[in-house]
Amino acid sequence: MILPVYTLWRRELTRFFRQPSRIAGAVATPLLFWLLMGSGLSGSFRLPGGPASLNYFGFFFPGTIVLVLLFAAIFSNISVIEDRHEGFLQGVLVAPVSRSALVMGKVLGGATLAWLQGVVFLVLAPVSGIHLNLASALEAAGVLALLAVTLTALGFFFAWKLDSVQGFHAIMNVVLLPMWLLSGAFFPLNGAPLWLSLLMRANPLTYGVSVLREVLYGPAATVGSSLPGIGTSLAITVVLGLVCVAAGLVATRGGRVD
Amino acid sequence: MPSETVAVEAKGLRYSYPGHRRNRKTGPSRPALAGLDFDVPAGSIFGFLGPNGGGKTTLFRILATLARPESGTVRVFGADLGSQARDVRRSLGVVFQSPSLDVQLTVRENLVHQGHLYNLSGRELDGRIAAGLERFGLAERRDQRTKELSGGLRRRVEIAKALLHEPRLLLLDEPSTGLDPGARRDLRTTLESLRAAGVTVLLTTHFMEEGDRCDHLVLLDRGTIVAEGAPGDLKEEIGGDVVTLTGPDPEALARDLAARFPGPAPEVREGAVRIERERAHELVARLAEAFPGRIDSVTVARPTLEDVFLHRTGHAFEDREEEAPG
Repeated sequence: MILPVYTLWRRELTRFFRQPSRIAGAVATPLLFWLLMGSGLSGSFRLPGGPASLNYFGFFFPGTIVLVLLFAAIFSNISVIEDRHEGFLQGVLVAPVSRSALVMGKVLGGATLAWLQGVVFLVLAPVSGIHLNLASALEAAGVLALLAVTLTALGFFFAWKLDSVQGFHAIMNVVLLPMWLLSGAFFPLNGAPLWLSLLMRANPLTYGVSVLREVLYGPAATVGSSLPGIGTSLAITVVLGLVCVAAGLVATRGGRVD
Repeated sequence: MPSETVAVEAKGLRYSYPGHRRNRKTGPSRPALAGLDFDVPAGSIFGFLGPNGGGKTTLFRILATLARPESGTVRVFGADLGSQARDVRRSLGVVFQSPSLDVQLTVRENLVHQGHLYNLSGRELDGRIAAGLERFGLAERRDQRTKELSGGLRRRVEIAKALLHEPRLLLLDEPSTGLDPGARRDLRTTLESLRAAGVTVLLTTHFMEEGDRCDHLVLLDRGTIVAEGAPGDLKEEIGGDVVTLTGPDPEALARDLAARFPGPAPEVREGAVRIERERAHELVARLAEAFPGRIDSVTVARPTLEDVFLHRTGHAFEDREEEAPG
């Protein structure tokens, strides 16, 4: 069990570092978003009930990191579809390796890459007015690891269920990106119209973003956000992570592997 | 037969594609495999020859443990494919038609991953990889990424990879497809040396030449076995040679020919008259005398597997009006 998981994890890393475009692509888009949105909206943005010092660069920073994780999760899974029907994964499927080892190897590999990219992005924290100390940096890295596993497992689940890359693109546009948009990453829950705020509360990712925000900025950033405290939010995020991993495990079971 | 002499034993193997994938033009889907029975003797090169859509790929996927038959059983060296899949997978080496190498990785890295999947590691794995690279003339390519290799070399890496864990049964799906003649010869030699080492080789193909070189052959058409045996024996049944005549009016020629030369009826196919006869060289001279000016060309040939296929199914190997998935 351990050797196959290790080897699949290792393969993800090797592949990633051999494709320079992937390294650039994963961080470049969120970085661009952050720079453009931050520059454009900082003048007019004001977090309701939040500290006056928090501009849009600062507000958007946790959301941008989550977007980095999401993009990384999408990129590492989009190849699963082809890889499984006419690539390396064919060989894994006929090897005496359990499907759960396959899921663990793929998800841990993808999540490690997502996490590394998210952590690299943390370097920009001071520019956003965030002062990280060792403790808060470690906490942030921990939250990022949790979210990286969650999003990668979710991406894997969809990739496995779908037979085409086009189908995966559709899921990305209809499920994954809206989930991010409505997680409080892009605009705050407070001040949103009722219907939108209900959607945001129903979105489990909202709580993960909230935890990350609080870890980076301290409680001040979530003052008046009317979301549950960090403990509850963290618990919801852990449950979401477990559900996503379980979904990946269940998806790969079943007899017909057409 | 006891399991030591039978590598694969299939009984009543049936498979249909799910209903929603049925071809609307042709109505309800017929099964991709309509109840196959066959035994693969251990230590032989065993081939499944058939046109595309005949059911070969479906059969390959079932034997490779990638699809489950709707009904019927398969035993691989005595182990049941359904309930003992893990044991079956250990004894199985699989070479896919589409590449299963990671093109971003080097030849050696691909083999290392493969070894890990089969729980091989350390010195033992290193030793096997070195031996495999040596055997297939890949030692110098060891640290090259597989995307830089030619098709023939890649196929060699695929085979080296499939053999790394020393399987008793090697499955190959259309192994000659996409290979140049030189690479095909190499493949041939490799398969023969594997047989000599006691490995059972099972392959699918739609090339007659490849079928000809199998010890035992099953002809598959529309999910059923239409003929089975050693290629030489199968061709024996045609009884003699195949004479093909062309001329300005093949229909009339066939009619008159049937009247004047008793024996198996001539057939007209794609504008040529085709007859099966023993001692055909004697017939040729008499034909030329009997039908002056009505024959443009005469070809006498030993029967091929294509003739066997035609003989058994009544239709040519590639004239398929419908294509089944797989």
